[in-house]
Amino acid sequence: MTASHLLSVVTFLPLAGGLAVLLLDEVLGLLSLSRLSEGVWRWMTLALTALTFALSLGLWTGFDATRIGFQFVERAPWLPDYGVSYFVGIDGVSLLLLVMTTFLMPLVILSSWKDIQRGVRTYLFFMLALETGMLGAFVSLNLFQFYVFWEVMLIPMYFIIGIWGGPRRIYAAVKFFLYTMSGSLLMLVALLVVYYLHFQQFGALNLDLVQGPGSAAPALFDTVIPVAGQAVWWKTQTWLFVAFALAFAVKVPLFPFHTWLPDAHVEAPTAGSVVLASVLLKMGTYGFIRLALPLFPFAAVEFAPVIFALSLMGILYAALVAMVQADMKKLVAYSSVAHLGFVMMGMFAFNIEGVEGSVLQMVNHGFSTGALFLLVGMIYERRHTRLIKDFGGIAKPMPVYAALFGVVAMSSIGLPMLNGFVGEFLILLGTYHVAPWVAVAGSFGVVLAAAYMLWMLRRVMFGPVDNPENRGLIDLGLREKFVMVAVLLPIFWVGIYPDFFLRRLDASVTEVLRRVETANARTTAPGGHEAADPNVTAAGHLALPVALELGPAR
Amino acid sequence: MVDTAAGATETTLLRWIPFLPLAAAAVHGVLLGLVRRPLPRRGTIFLSCGAVLASFLISLFAFAGLLGPEGPRVRVDNLYTWIGAGKFSAEASFLLDPISAVMILVVTFVGFLIHVYSIGYMDDDHRDDTGFQRFFCYLNLFTFSMLMLVLGDNLLVMFLGWEGVGLCSYLLIGFWYSDRWNAYCGMKAFVVNRIGDFGFLVGIFVLFWALADVGKPTVAFREIAAAFPQIADRVVTLPAWLGGAEWKFATLVGLCFFLGACGKSAQIPLYVWLPDAMAGPTPVSALIHAATMVTAGVYMVCRLSFLYAAAPGASAVIAWTGAITALFAATIAITQTDIKKILAYSTVSQLGYMFLAAGCGGYAAALFHLATHAFFKALLFLGAGAVILAMHHEQDTDRMGGLARAIPRTRWPFLIGVIAICGLPPFAGFFSKDEILLTAFAAQSVPGNTWLYGIGVVTAVLTSLYMFRLYFRTFHGATRLAPENFRRVHEPSETVRYPLYVLAAFSLLAGFAGFPQVYGDWLGIPDSNSLAHFLAPVLAGGLHDPGLSHGEELRLALLALGAATAGLLMAWWLYLRSPELPGRILQSFHAIWRLLHEKYFVDEIYDTLFVGPMVWISDRVLFRSIDAGLIDGVAVNGTARGVQALAARGLKYAHSGLTQSYLFLMILGTVAIVGWLLR
Repeated sequence: MTASHLLSVVTFLPLAGGLAVLLLDEVLGLLSLSRLSEGVWRWMTLALTALTFALSLGLWTGFDATRIGFQFVERAPWLPDYGVSYFVGIDGVSLLLLVMTTFLMPLVILSSWKDIQRGVRTYLFFMLALETGMLGAFVSLNLFQFYVFWEVMLIPMYFIIGIWGGPRRIYAAVKFFLYTMSGSLLMLVALLVVYYLHFQQFGALNLDLVQGPGSAAPALFDTVIPVAGQAVWWKTQTWLFVAFALAFAVKVPLFPFHTWLPDAHVEAPTAGSVVLASVLLKMGTYGFIRLALPLFPFAAVEFAPVIFALSLMGILYAALVAMVQADMKKLVAYSSVAHLGFVMMGMFAFNIEGVEGSVLQMVNHGFSTGALFLLVGMIYERRHTRLIKDFGGIAKPMPVYAALFGVVAMSSIGLPMLNGFVGEFLILLGTYHVAPWVAVAGSFGVVLAAAYMLWMLRRVMFGPVDNPENRGLIDLGLREKFVMVAVLLPIFWVGIYPDFFLRRLDASVTEVLRRVETANARTTAPGGHEAADPNVTAAGHLALPVALELGPAR
Repeated sequence: MVDTAAGATETTLLRWIPFLPLAAAAVHGVLLGLVRRPLPRRGTIFLSCGAVLASFLISLFAFAGLLGPEGPRVRVDNLYTWIGAGKFSAEASFLLDPISAVMILVVTFVGFLIHVYSIGYMDDDHRDDTGFQRFFCYLNLFTFSMLMLVLGDNLLVMFLGWEGVGLCSYLLIGFWYSDRWNAYCGMKAFVVNRIGDFGFLVGIFVLFWALADVGKPTVAFREIAAAFPQIADRVVTLPAWLGGAEWKFATLVGLCFFLGACGKSAQIPLYVWLPDAMAGPTPVSALIHAATMVTAGVYMVCRLSFLYAAAPGASAVIAWTGAITALFAATIAITQTDIKKILAYSTVSQLGYMFLAAGCGGYAAALFHLATHAFFKALLFLGAGAVILAMHHEQDTDRMGGLARAIPRTRWPFLIGVIAICGLPPFAGFFSKDEILLTAFAAQSVPGNTWLYGIGVVTAVLTSLYMFRLYFRTFHGATRLAPENFRRVHEPSETVRYPLYVLAAFSLLAGFAGFPQVYGDWLGIPDSNSLAHFLAPVLAGGLHDPGLSHGEELRLALLALGAATAGLLMAWWLYLRSPELPGRILQSFHAIWRLLHEKYFVDEIYDTLFVGPMVWISDRVLFRSIDAGLIDGVAVNGTARGVQALAARGLKYAHSGLTQSYLFLMILGTVAIVGWLLR
């Protein structure tokens, strides 16, 4: 790529802009002039996030879908003695998640226009810092840098939940923080082991994931991480993978590490919930595909049955639990767990169908579940309750709200022509190839999704308007309609013409799978590593005891 | 038009057939769901009915294009690659061949008539100021989805339509959503259908990967049909926990798809949603829950006829499911009093007939009955709707009787519909039902086919009995209405009546499209069963000649006629001649009557067996015990409490503030590190 700095600009624009506005505000204060009003702050933040989105479109158009490897790469020494560099670049996977993030942020700011009334300046600054944190993690190609961004985004989120949240916000914020942190620390330890292994093999300190411009040295992805056997126990891929996987599994969240999520969602303000569901959870799944799979391909394949079991648990269990929730937001939170179960399942199918479906489903979930949280927030602003039993017949006073809720609910339960279907279909298709019964059981999650979503719709939207407080409800205003229409745009787009997005994933997903497959082809059964046996492929390790066997023709 | 290598002709015409109704639905949707600027009444009518009429005319034109003698009767309209990843690729593409041509004609023609009918039917709906337009929006969306379903060139586009019609069914059953019951019925329909859709999805997975195995990864119908023989005879070993049985591959796939068909076409065990779907407005019951959507399962089986022809096991299951459902639903229909409920169970029963035919290899017979049934059942539902309008929204036949005098212009078309469904010659139902019974009788390959035939005949008696019971109790005998209410009964408006006349004409004439060769030979008409000849090239088994002699065929036809007449006479005896008799029978066989009247308690059984336990387990076990109790309470917060307790009891003493102890610990630590380094 040419020496364009577009990627860095997009990444740091929100934070830099936020700092500039903050500085201006302070200077005005020092000069005893009138400080910037909250309205000015709001518009400035909106403009900054919108500009970030506009610039990220330049990344979208400039991205060459046919090329393998990272694009828009920038690399500069940071702590060269320790192999730490500022190293960014994107492939198809990060491109999709990055544009989804920049697209959602202005809408999130708009959605909290009226919702947040105290500490507006701080809140908006945290939002901008959060955006840079998230974008930074998506573009990082240096493990240290990734870790920094990974931790950085916790801080604004912690405050957003803890300050602007609901009644049990402190409990939820601390739970969210500690839960994620304990996972992250495991990752940190494993990260240091990988760093050490790399040094052992190449005699240089390096934390870059791939070779970048200005460094011919082998990168982390070139490190041979011992499979098992002679190596000390914590050097084996299995242990390192488990450490990384635990950190990511908490974020995803994978069953049974999910219980922080309903609490965090219920207590977080609407905007916080949207960012949490749409982007923050994707850090977990992104971590798997960007780090855990290429670094520990053998362990990843070995652990596929475990991941399948946990994702399947997530899909079925979370759907059943979602069904009996009394709080709409909690219901959506549990549905999130089920959806991310699909994402993890597709990723560990290790075929193009499953993995592309998985990445697309990350984006789909961002829009659909984000939209659901927005809608729940809109009714909460009006009635200050989210309990299903307080509603009924809302379609009468709020027809536009009901119509939009209906469309988003359908997207969430995977109706064809809307986004959710494409992702879920490809995931289940891919999974069926390697583990038929897992896919069959997972498909049943689609039935359960219809059950919990439609049961909620029925109790909230339909029936007579029993509660007199619901009679005077005012339908969505222009700002709210704008936000919802904007979110519906990609929901329809992905549903009707998914190839537009899938095309950009082809090369990147193929590359990830190539790494996994070649690594597994080099390795035979656990015990002896580096023994070349071309007959054993990635699929060989995936044969589950429950597999449906196709016999020869008779 | 360009000829492709595959022998199909490409055209850009087909896309407009589904897209015009979609465009109308989208305009309505944006106006109503977003900007809240409803169209005036006339605008709504013009847009919606116009779109469907245009769609019908294009369909007619496309159909006419197929009739030419030359070349293969296949047209393809390919738009773009819808979903493509790895080996998988599904085109957004439409296929017109004889099967889909018949289907789009039925869908757009009956659909258009019902749109017109709805103008009058929904006119007095003042429950909701925008209800009129909302209704037409959903109706257009439904027409679009149904056309996608039948025109889809591959399984995925078909699935799109499949789920789309399910959505519209949900929206329209719960159209008057302020009533809790309607909303419940809509939800039930969607969820039960989704169980079927689950089978459909799994079927796609199984089929796709098996085809990929032989190097033909595809979901397009014609390509599947070409490659299927390579995989049909494979043996699938089920895992040990399922008994380890060995199944033929075609049977496994066939049963997966048939589960989908069971859901959509309301067969046992998934029929329970259809009777409750009557909560929707009557035009919806006519269009979706009688004429079009519920026949999608039959259409699917015929579309995949190459698959079922290679899967005798699956076909037997289909035939038996169809026959049992036909009988089962007919017995329930005898005891119902709600005019729409009777028709609903009758629909379930008639769909059973279609599956019976398809299971016995008579795909053309199934499609024939599908088409004739679309006409006469739509007629019956629209007629019932006219009665309901005339009675000011009364549906219970217990409060009707003697209406023939009050609304003769509704009564005559209704009577034609009744005769047609009972199968009296020369009405449409006679020919199509007779062909089904004949197919079952001759189907040696299906185990117990004589029994299937017997069930079919018994069901024909019952059909005639419950339909004439309905007709006599509604239109004849002494009225059970108060005189002042009887005077208020009025003939409905023209837009409601005219569609009845058109459908009545088709119920009378449509049977001649499949005029059996037996009579054709008498009259000297070669290839008199023109429908079967038209469909033959695209159905497995082609013309499917049952191989019976003319004499046998005539004897069977007479028997079927006798069955219909027997039912008619029983109904006449019981409900006109000695109306006190049913009450006496009811008393002596109360238990049986109750069992039938309460629909074999199937809803209650499902609720107790599945729904109740599922909700209870989800709430008490999964949510309260495991999630909140075990994971969050014990594991997560337990850890937190443990750490807290540890700090409170032990660690806090380390933070003592005593310099000596800090110093001591520091030295201890240094010694330990140095010791480790020097080891």
